[in-house]
Amino acid sequence: MKVKVLSRNPDDYVRETKLDIQRVPRNYDPTLHPFEVSREYTRALNATKLERLFAKPFVTSLDGHRDGVNCMAKHTKTLSTLLSGSCDGEVKVWNLTKRECVRTLQAHEGFVRGMVVRFCGSSFFTIFWDLVLWLLWPAQHDPGQGGITGPLESVFTGLDHHQKDAVFATCGQQVDIWDEQRTSPIRSFTWGVDSFSAVRFNPVETELLASCASDRSVVLYDMRESTPLKKVIMTMRSNTLCWNPMEAYYFTCCNEDYNLYTYDMRFLDKPITVHMDHVSAALDVDYSPTGKEFVSASFDKTIRIFAKDGGHSREVYHTKRMQHVICIKWSLDNKYILSGSDEMNIRLWKANAAEKLGVMSPREREAANYNQTLKEKFQHHPQVRRVARHRHLPKSLYHQTKELRVMKEARRRKEMNVRKHSKPESVPLLTEKEKHVVTVVK
Amino acid sequence: MSTTETTDPAVLLPEGLWHKLHRKPAARYWKDPQEVARKDGNNVGKTGQQQAQKANKRRLVEDSEDEEQVLSGKSDPFPGPAPIPEDRLQKFKRKDKTKTSRSQHYKLKDIITRSEETSEMAQKQAARLDLVLPEDAGFLEGDEDEDTCTISQEDIADSVDITSATKHFSLKLSQFGPYRVDYSNTGRQLLLGGRRGHVACIDWQTKHLMCEINVMESVNDVKWLHSEAMYAVAQKKCLYIYDSKGIELHCIRKFNDVLRMQFLPFHFLLVTASATSFLQYLDVSVGKEVSATCTKTGRLDVMCQNPHNAIVHLGHSNGTVTLWSPNQKEALAKMLCHQGAVRSVAVDKTGMYMVTSGMDKKMKVYDIRSFKPLKSYFLPAGASCLSLSQRGLLSAATGDIVQVYRDVWSTPVTKPYMAHRVQKAVWGMHFCPFEDVLGVGHGDGFTSLLVPGAGEPNFDGLGANPYRSAKQRQEWEVKALLEKIQPDLITLDPTELGRVDHATFEMKHQDRVQALGFDPLAKQKFVPRYKKKGRSSAGNHEKRKRKVAHEDLREDIQKTAEANVTTERERKEKKEVLLSGKRSALDRFKK
Repeated sequence: MKVKVLSRNPDDYVRETKLDIQRVPRNYDPTLHPFEVSREYTRALNATKLERLFAKPFVTSLDGHRDGVNCMAKHTKTLSTLLSGSCDGEVKVWNLTKRECVRTLQAHEGFVRGMVVRFCGSSFFTIFWDLVLWLLWPAQHDPGQGGITGPLESVFTGLDHHQKDAVFATCGQQVDIWDEQRTSPIRSFTWGVDSFSAVRFNPVETELLASCASDRSVVLYDMRESTPLKKVIMTMRSNTLCWNPMEAYYFTCCNEDYNLYTYDMRFLDKPITVHMDHVSAALDVDYSPTGKEFVSASFDKTIRIFAKDGGHSREVYHTKRMQHVICIKWSLDNKYILSGSDEMNIRLWKANAAEKLGVMSPREREAANYNQTLKEKFQHHPQVRRVARHRHLPKSLYHQTKELRVMKEARRRKEMNVRKHSKPESVPLLTEKEKHVVTVVK
Repeated sequence: MSTTETTDPAVLLPEGLWHKLHRKPAARYWKDPQEVARKDGNNVGKTGQQQAQKANKRRLVEDSEDEEQVLSGKSDPFPGPAPIPEDRLQKFKRKDKTKTSRSQHYKLKDIITRSEETSEMAQKQAARLDLVLPEDAGFLEGDEDEDTCTISQEDIADSVDITSATKHFSLKLSQFGPYRVDYSNTGRQLLLGGRRGHVACIDWQTKHLMCEINVMESVNDVKWLHSEAMYAVAQKKCLYIYDSKGIELHCIRKFNDVLRMQFLPFHFLLVTASATSFLQYLDVSVGKEVSATCTKTGRLDVMCQNPHNAIVHLGHSNGTVTLWSPNQKEALAKMLCHQGAVRSVAVDKTGMYMVTSGMDKKMKVYDIRSFKPLKSYFLPAGASCLSLSQRGLLSAATGDIVQVYRDVWSTPVTKPYMAHRVQKAVWGMHFCPFEDVLGVGHGDGFTSLLVPGAGEPNFDGLGANPYRSAKQRQEWEVKALLEKIQPDLITLDPTELGRVDHATFEMKHQDRVQALGFDPLAKQKFVPRYKKKGRSSAGNHEKRKRKVAHEDLREDIQKTAEANVTTERERKEKKEVLLSGKRSALDRFKK
């Protein structure tokens, strides 16, 4: 007779001393772990609930400006530095880690219209009415003693700097390309438009730039050519635009018709995605450095975060005291969002509302990653989605959203009735993407 | 790897030349894909090669690092990752690979391939870990011409180590018997409930008596709740819950005349079957009754749970077994299993097999996924109690004899694996989890038998851990409560939650189409893209359109042809089965 009976040595399964950690032998046999789908689902639901519980996006508010914040600029070399310009011509330099203003400059008399830090981080440019100021870093002296390009003939509304060369672009009545060392533009672009609101250099194809014009168009230029490349005219005016830093053939423009549009530079005849959710004009947009998401500021006093290919926002930020948000920036470490608003404050938000700040222990990080994967896995289940999508909105915003929905529905119904009672195919079916583009001009 | 070792001619010849020499006709859809693969032998088909190349791109990079030559010039005799046995891989397989079709969106394809890659990696790692698990299962083998069922418990106890020998013991409790038995889910604690009111819980390995009470009422059944801190006792009138020190925690008057109980550990549900034919579910984490169903089938004294999907099986006096979930007032399924009353039911832990015994002295094995009988055994005295162990041993009690059978569903069994006679008729029987022990409660007390090969040798430390400390138990309890599965998730197929809900989607889609006035997901007409250098002439344009149309048509034809081939094959198989087997007159009514 041969016999063997299970007989475990407890020493193999129990810790030796109290100072050791407990031994946890694993066996992944599926029959020892029944109901794996249901249990994972329950975990995912719990994780989603916890995410909503921990969603506290607001970090801090930087106050000090004496008028509405009109523009901001990220420093290209240090993460903790932020520049902001207000409507009374004041420029402030902030240290974000200490949450304090490092330096204040009275740069102009009126609005600071635009601001950009040079790619090397040693100096920055601001624009004012018809003047471009070149301020050296760290602005030790008064602006009068910094390098000044100008005064120039026209009024400026926007500014951007080339990624590598000593060249910058301004916009106003026309788009001008300037050499830093010269007092007259090296190139000027006009295309039958009286004014431009923003100009942006492409971060990858550095000679390309795009601008938003007041004839409801977005115009593309090549700096090496003397004429603009092409433009797309939409039903309403775009305020600003931003290039996707990773896939630099995509750009997103924020429009007066409450929507944002992502275009492929090569195919302008219809946008890739229409991003809807704002209930008032979108004023500013900025991409995350990963190029997967972008944030938009709106006149409806909210900030919304969109996935680059998501039609609706994944997140909305608002506070009781935040007024119309004028400018928005996504920090270069992909963790924070900075918003400048009408009521003189700059606010620092977390890009991921439920993220824990600070150092995480390995076990904590592992658990967070596991929960994140579970949430993604079960995101389409109705219960999970309901919890994940739930947001508290201010009453006015909530009602406006509802009203807009009703209006849209009525419009759609009317169009359907018109189609029903007219000759077949005389009223074309237009998708949401096609509706907003008037024409493309080359 | 050096080229001389390989025998594949493709390596020696330049690729293009090799293809010219061995040109094969393209794979045809009317051919059986398996057949084609078999013909090809080890060489992967051309399309398969391309796919493999795509999928293995990342792996190739890793492999090239492995193939680096060692300084000594010797090549690695065992190149590549260590092989994993196929059966281990099968053990951890969750689902087959999804078929990708040309019409799928590229993003969806990408997501699917990524997730499949990760699950494949997880499967491999789990299989590797399975190879190095520390403990092996027990076994019992007789010498030549020696039946294992003739080996007595004393012989086994003599020939095993002292610790194991102490696991065979008997408690003589003739005063308050017969006894019902239950082991806690870690297998460390034993709960005894005597018919005449004696309730005792014992740490049976150390023989330490945790508590002992007499409830002064008849006891119908006892059951541990989720941990060893609480247990439920079905008494004459109502259901009581005691803690491990014997203090009465709750008296639940709503549950009266309870005869049998089951505890669903992942749902925290205590299921009771009563003499008044009520099946009730009690959520023990919040103390609420989840559902109460009148089964209208008389006295319910045969009950078991399916540990795979938490469905409760009830046996009835008319020979039927019914399946119940708390979400439905009607039985999910009714099976006529025996010609007499059903005496006992047991379901194995994979949820595939059900074993029943009835008054007709038969013991039957069913496949409960397809509700089909597999095996039928005749036991001269009939089995009053059945119990299945973690590794699939079946114990059946006939009168005062306990018999243990092995492999009842895969092979026809003629002899029991083990047999033992206890003093009086068996009343309750339970295999101890993670131990080679069978606890038998009978009229004269309790006997613990050694059954080698019954228990799962390797437990999971994060699940039921027999060696857990008090702190670990507390942590486990919190985690288990957090991931308590809601009772409305109990279904016949527990993986249903992870599948795509086509029905709801279709309904929603219809609503959407109605609201929009057009179908947003409808296949769009193909419009050829404009190409430069004169490649968009009208003729070229038409040609491209026709090409796409042909491809679509081809796909459709391929699909229908494949379907035809499979139906034809099925028909043939059916025919063969019919021809080979005996035909009865009633077969013509079969579909």
